[in-house]
Amino acid sequence: MPYDVIVIGSGPGGYVCAIRAAQLGMKVAVVEKEKTFGGTCLNIGCIPSKALLHASHLYDEAGHLFDRMGIKVNKPRLDLPGMMKFKDEGVDSNVKGVAFLFKKNKVESFRGIGRIAGAGAVEVTGPRGKSEKLEAKAIVIATGSDVARLPGIEIDEKRIVSSTGALALAKVPQRLLVIGAGVIGLELGSVWRRLGAEVIVVEFLDRILTGMDDEVCRQFHRMLEKQGMTFKLSSKVTGVAAADGALRASVAPANGGATAAIEADVVLVSIGRVPFTEGLGLEAVGVKRDNKGRVLVDARFATNVPGIHAIGDVIAGPMLAHKAEEEGVAVAEILAGQAGHVNYDVIPNVVYTFPEIASVGKSEEELKTARIAYRVGKFPFTANARAKVNLETEGFVKILADAGTDRVLGVHILGADAGNMIAEAAVGMEFGAAAEDIARTCHPHPTLSEAVKEAALAVDKRAINM
Amino acid sequence: MAEIRVPTLGESVTEATVGKWFKHAGDAVAADEPLVELETDKVTVEVPAPAAGVLSAIAVKDGETVAVGALLGEIKEGAQAPAKATAVPLGRPEQKTETTAPINAAEEEPRPRQPAAQQASPHAAEPAALSPSVRKLAAESGVDPASVVGSGKDGRLTKADMLAAIERAAAAPIPIAHSTAATSLRAPAPPDDAAREERVKMTRLRQTIARRLKEAQNTAAMLTTFNEVDMNAVMHLRNQYKELFEKKHGAKLGFMGFFVRACVQALKDIPAVNAELDGADIIYKNYYHIGVAVGSERGLVVPVVRDADRKSVAQIESEIADFGRRARDGTLKIEEMQGGTFTISNGGVYGSLMSTPILNAPQSGILGMHKIEERPVVVAGRIEARPMMYLALSYDHRIVDGREAVTFLVRVKELLEDPTRLVLDL
Repeated sequence: MPYDVIVIGSGPGGYVCAIRAAQLGMKVAVVEKEKTFGGTCLNIGCIPSKALLHASHLYDEAGHLFDRMGIKVNKPRLDLPGMMKFKDEGVDSNVKGVAFLFKKNKVESFRGIGRIAGAGAVEVTGPRGKSEKLEAKAIVIATGSDVARLPGIEIDEKRIVSSTGALALAKVPQRLLVIGAGVIGLELGSVWRRLGAEVIVVEFLDRILTGMDDEVCRQFHRMLEKQGMTFKLSSKVTGVAAADGALRASVAPANGGATAAIEADVVLVSIGRVPFTEGLGLEAVGVKRDNKGRVLVDARFATNVPGIHAIGDVIAGPMLAHKAEEEGVAVAEILAGQAGHVNYDVIPNVVYTFPEIASVGKSEEELKTARIAYRVGKFPFTANARAKVNLETEGFVKILADAGTDRVLGVHILGADAGNMIAEAAVGMEFGAAAEDIARTCHPHPTLSEAVKEAALAVDKRAINM
Repeated sequence: MAEIRVPTLGESVTEATVGKWFKHAGDAVAADEPLVELETDKVTVEVPAPAAGVLSAIAVKDGETVAVGALLGEIKEGAQAPAKATAVPLGRPEQKTETTAPINAAEEEPRPRQPAAQQASPHAAEPAALSPSVRKLAAESGVDPASVVGSGKDGRLTKADMLAAIERAAAAPIPIAHSTAATSLRAPAPPDDAAREERVKMTRLRQTIARRLKEAQNTAAMLTTFNEVDMNAVMHLRNQYKELFEKKHGAKLGFMGFFVRACVQALKDIPAVNAELDGADIIYKNYYHIGVAVGSERGLVVPVVRDADRKSVAQIESEIADFGRRARDGTLKIEEMQGGTFTISNGGVYGSLMSTPILNAPQSGILGMHKIEERPVVVAGRIEARPMMYLALSYDHRIVDGREAVTFLVRVKELLEDPTRLVLDL
């Protein structure tokens, strides 16, 4: 009995696509090669990292801030296996949640590697080698991405790790060398620094978090340094060798020059991610990819082969779980004959360090490049009542609005809970809000969210609390 | 969902003030039941319910200014009152809720309503909710959001849409409703004088009159030509027949009947004075609706004697008398003040000897009557005391020649100095 759609991959893109398709009345099957559902995000990405970030943050606060609040504790002790167990429980509850949702929506699942045998046919080969053939009217590739490797540096997930290994280290390294000052490197670097490691971050470009707003990144860089992280920007790692029980990394200036050595117990390779299409049989079926290995799709997420679609990290666009989710919903709706659509202009971006960084829309640099005249409204958390009381005054909210129409073009937040606060900005931008609209929306007091309102007032140079 | 909108209020009336709501949100309303009172400078208008149902939304408060076509509120058709957030059964009279439902349930026929169809039209004309910046801009500029096309989600208005609409309105030749936040360009008076000042807001009527006067001045190439008329013949006629006239027609015999008839005849001879300029076209009117300016406490209003060429002096006199009464009472209807082709204004009642009246746009001529005063004039070579009146004709030189204007006045003078010519159409 053919399915209406077979989704290959059960990460945020795949499982959301499957559920939406089922909601729209389709007969859905999901193919997942791992033991658990949820893909990278739930198993070795978003979820476990957030669990460790949360636990390590509280550990850090307990050690430094509790005293100021009149909470007397002895210096907190770290039970790393216990923290890992906490993380695993978080992962477990989430992957079980996906399994429950599949059952609830009558989505059938098949364990194994899915190979597209032809139009409308997927062959699933299980872990024990048994294979079965599935038929469907449509196939959605949602196989996600994998860690990008550095040529010449072998990842063993024990001492030279990717994010996967970095989430499960057996003990706190004395010194952690992070290669790549992107989101993953900074988040995991933060975790281990809080737990006691000395963290050095090597970055090829002359700045951290490429692609995010300049001003935010510069300020955040200073904050991380104050937190104890060391940075070597405009530098590249040319090799990592084992030496006297430790690791020795060769670091050179990005555009050539003398190599220096940095010793570390653990090296984290976090230079990015690449689309994952292994085992799909794309060449045999004729599905085209670009020179970065990303599956090529049109506005309806259709590949060049009729009946085969692709979403998420495996296609172009920001490699974000929620972007994959939006695409999953859109393609399911398109398959159901509706007008599925993703608004790529309003996809928030969050870095879950402390303080958090969250942004949606354009950065100042992007507006300058596009020659769009804009006005800026900035409001620091030092002027926010709640932040002051909570001793969380680092950071600011910045709103960029069109100089002529006042339409909000970008919002950037550096501060505690930025990831939650950015949702308001996203909703506003979806409705074409002007900065004045946000400024004239009542925000509860005392909350951090008032900083968003004040930043909107600041666009018009009439913030009240500054 | 039925919308309650500001109806057309009359020629050149673009806005009104919300006077009083007769119903509250949530009340049941019958079709055509008056819902709200709108006040304009000329008249008060009641807006009836476009459909039976429940008044589900009131969009404007008492005292707010609204433009023609603006949304006043909404009626949820066929629904039972009171309309709470929960789904209300439609068109099922037997299912009654708390208050005033029973009466309406008996009266109204259950309207066949398809909920699916309702949902299928998400892009309904009016935006469900205006964003704060749009609301503020609309209130301050007077530009009606209902008249602006929205470029936002689901056709919503964005701040950009409103700003663009306001710019267009400012550039447009027809001024949109005045801004209530008028910037004062007046230098502050010294404190000693300021303490002896009293600031009183202009009434709506006066504001409108002021605006229209300026419009007329700014549009027409306006100037005035003068002449004088010997009112001896008319006064003689009047004295001779006024009692008989009053007995037969029940109206007093004044001068206006003669003046209107004289003007009509002159207008027939000089059609340009009865015409209107529209863009590059001249509209010649083959009807004669003469506006007669009447002063009242509220200000000057100009009711129109329609088809004055077909009315006798008696009819004209009684109509004007009636206008005068109702002007003072403020009960003139808007239609009665529209459609005039020429206007007569009598400054003489206040003692004016000579004046330059302002045109009553979009008309092209206005006759000013003045005080009748005995003056020494030369008649057949001898000096005599005659009751003389200066006549003024202000006219739009864009379509009325100097020759035409002068000839018009001469004709009026001739007809008044020898009323027999009125009878013989000479």
